[in-house]
Amino acid sequence: MAREENDYAPLKLHVPEPPVRPGDTPTFDKFVVPEAGSVRKPPIDTDFDQIRDLGFDIIRVLDDEGKAVGPWAEDISDDQLEAGLRAMMRTRAFDERMLKAQRQGKTSFYIQCTGEEAIATGHQMALAQGDMNFPTYRQQGLLIAQDWPVTKMMNQIYSNEQDELRGRQLPVLYSFKEAGFFTVSGNLSTQYIQAVGWAMASAIKGDTKVASAWIGDGATAEGDFHTALVFASVYKPPVILNVVDNQWAISSFHGIAGAESSTFAERAHGYGLPSLRVDGNDWVAVYAASLWAIERARRGHGPTMIEWVTYRAGAHSTSDDPSKYRPKTEHEAWPLGDPIKRMKQHLIAKDLWSEERHTQAEAQYADEMREAAIEAESHGTLHDGPGPSAAEMFEQVYKDVPPHLRRQRQKMGI
Amino acid sequence: MFDDKPETTRMNMIQAIRDAQDVMLGKDDNVVVYGQDVGYFGGVFRCTEGLQAKYGTQRVFDAPISESGIVGSAIGMGAYGLRPCVEVQFADYMFPAYDQITQEAARLRYRSNGQFTAPLVIRMPTGGGIFGGQTHSQSPESLFTHVSGLKTVIPSNPYDAKGLLIASIEDDDPVIFLEPKRLYNGPFDGHHDKPVVPWSKHPKGEVPTGHYTVPLGKADIVREGKDVTILAYGTMVFVAETAATETGIDAEIIDLRSLLPLDIETIVESVRKTGRCVIVHEATLTSGFGAELSAQVQEECFYHLEAPVMRVAGWDTPYPHAQEWHYFPGPARVGEALKSVMEAI
Ligand SMILES: Cc1ncc(C[n+]2csc(CCOP(=O)(O)OP(=O)(O)O)c2C)c(N)n1
Ligand SMILES: [Mg+2]
Repeated sequence: MAREENDYAPLKLHVPEPPVRPGDTPTFDKFVVPEAGSVRKPPIDTDFDQIRDLGFDIIRVLDDEGKAVGPWAEDISDDQLEAGLRAMMRTRAFDERMLKAQRQGKTSFYIQCTGEEAIATGHQMALAQGDMNFPTYRQQGLLIAQDWPVTKMMNQIYSNEQDELRGRQLPVLYSFKEAGFFTVSGNLSTQYIQAVGWAMASAIKGDTKVASAWIGDGATAEGDFHTALVFASVYKPPVILNVVDNQWAISSFHGIAGAESSTFAERAHGYGLPSLRVDGNDWVAVYAASLWAIERARRGHGPTMIEWVTYRAGAHSTSDDPSKYRPKTEHEAWPLGDPIKRMKQHLIAKDLWSEERHTQAEAQYADEMREAAIEAESHGTLHDGPGPSAAEMFEQVYKDVPPHLRRQRQKMGI
Repeated sequence: MFDDKPETTRMNMIQAIRDAQDVMLGKDDNVVVYGQDVGYFGGVFRCTEGLQAKYGTQRVFDAPISESGIVGSAIGMGAYGLRPCVEVQFADYMFPAYDQITQEAARLRYRSNGQFTAPLVIRMPTGGGIFGGQTHSQSPESLFTHVSGLKTVIPSNPYDAKGLLIASIEDDDPVIFLEPKRLYNGPFDGHHDKPVVPWSKHPKGEVPTGHYTVPLGKADIVREGKDVTILAYGTMVFVAETAATETGIDAEIIDLRSLLPLDIETIVESVRKTGRCVIVHEATLTSGFGAELSAQVQEECFYHLEAPVMRVAGWDTPYPHAQEWHYFPGPARVGEALKSVMEAI
């Protein structure tokens, strides 16, 4: 027997909406910014249920004056701090050059990471040789922070004669095994679980290599994200589960990925996994939190999820126009500021940097990227100059080109 | 098909697809529209622009980035009695939903003996030609036609797109609605170095306002001819027309419009007349829909054939980025096949 209905009011579907839309005044008044230095730093072998609070708070090191405060202000050498700033500046200069190249028709597509430079650069500097990133399309900073030759990246973007991927892959979906940079898929979330598998292999083989998995806020809705957490929870392999919450997934604000109801870091708790929530625009916090989680993994204490709180300051990609769905100046209202400006302020406060050196460095990196682009362009651009041959399209489908593909290649007349 | 002599408007394919959803949202309270970026923004290809403003967030809304979630929830809504018309942002991204599509939507009716059905439409942009690389270019139609319980539709122009989409939403079975993205703005003929004529200058860009249907399972003879029958759909319809013009071969071109149900009668009648058949699709060759067409033509027309049935298709490789136009089966490759079947006497 079922109960009979009576006087219930009609239900309504809850469809999350961002607080503002184009034409409104940007605001983040619901976003609570904890004070820098206020979050504790437990030892790396602490049990996850002793550190649940770290999935709600935001670890921040740089305060409003640019001072590094609190327990997460690691002993970072002056050289390293400067290298961090320089890596971010080079990443931004690289993006600017490649955006320009795309607008000039030298390639089909580009994705920038403006406003998120601290995350990939800081994280990379905490990893070791032999570790493997499973990046998304927005982690170019992982390569630039290790001084990976930018011309190699540009050659891929131009699909030119020197492109190591032989023109087969969409621009920015790099693959650089030597750099610990796994081949990037265009299909979201698929690589999150692959990173867990890679880390399981490291444990099976008795190695101490760490995998670092990357995903955006939007893509956490995919099943593979949750599958990865289950496997990470079951096997406790040395993997870092990065979630970059840049507030937007193309036109959908992070509420469409469930952020109204919980933080992303909190979701790890349901699987018994520890998590940190970190100011992603604070390079020092990024470096310190990464180091903590990586060390934890490498010493056999298992996976950590890190939610990087940041803001996608640019368009989703060169195919996107964000003014159609969010206020044009929203990025200026973002309470965690710009990562380069904050790091610059920190270095100046420490007497390691100056406005003049900053201006000088900006010019230097603009030059570096211009020259690298000229060099790459001398090997061709997508529609102009030499490129991978059409015949190469048939290679690497299998280890050896099978007879039916050989026949098709012959039919093409090459 | 028409209630009265219709008024018409000029539309491109995006506007026609949007208009079909608009008509159905207005006509049937049970129609809901959702998908990634579909709500406020109106879809990355703008196919739902303005619909949320007109019908509200209870009928048109954004979905999380979970294709299995989008299709799975649509099945639940369909079982409740709604008629969801959902978007998968690119056909390349339907794979997380493949389980829900093939094992669930396709079989709800069968396994419950008709107690539960999934009257949903899953729209997805398909095909290449936009330098989208391997994950914005694929043509997975044969992965649907191979599954019992699904209908698979692929329009080639605004008129058909609107009429077929309305028919699909009204259909009581799950329909996969593939939208050739290279045709959204104009009838692309494979000559990538030439500008595309916009739909505003093409007769099929003249679209009736209001409700009409193009029935599923009815092919369209878009060019009459006596020498050879070309079977094509989506983008390849215009490539085939161009190949016929350029070779001067008197080809009869059939736009299949719906792959399942398939209008085999129209195909057989044409091939029996011409005695030759060339099948063209952008998807990879091996186990592509062309193999099914070729088999059926052979079974029905064997004694009328003057030449082997030929297929022109994408090469059996992932869709490359830089080599896109070497991969794409353009008018030259179709023309060669036409010449070869004409020589085979
Ligand atoms: C399986 C799959 N579905 C949809 C897409 C289309 N798509 C590409 S990027 C993107 C938004 C991703 O947002 P988020 O995960 O937040 O990462 P962000 O772009 O913000 O870095 C979408 C929907 C895709 N690439 N793969
Ligand atoms: Mg995002």
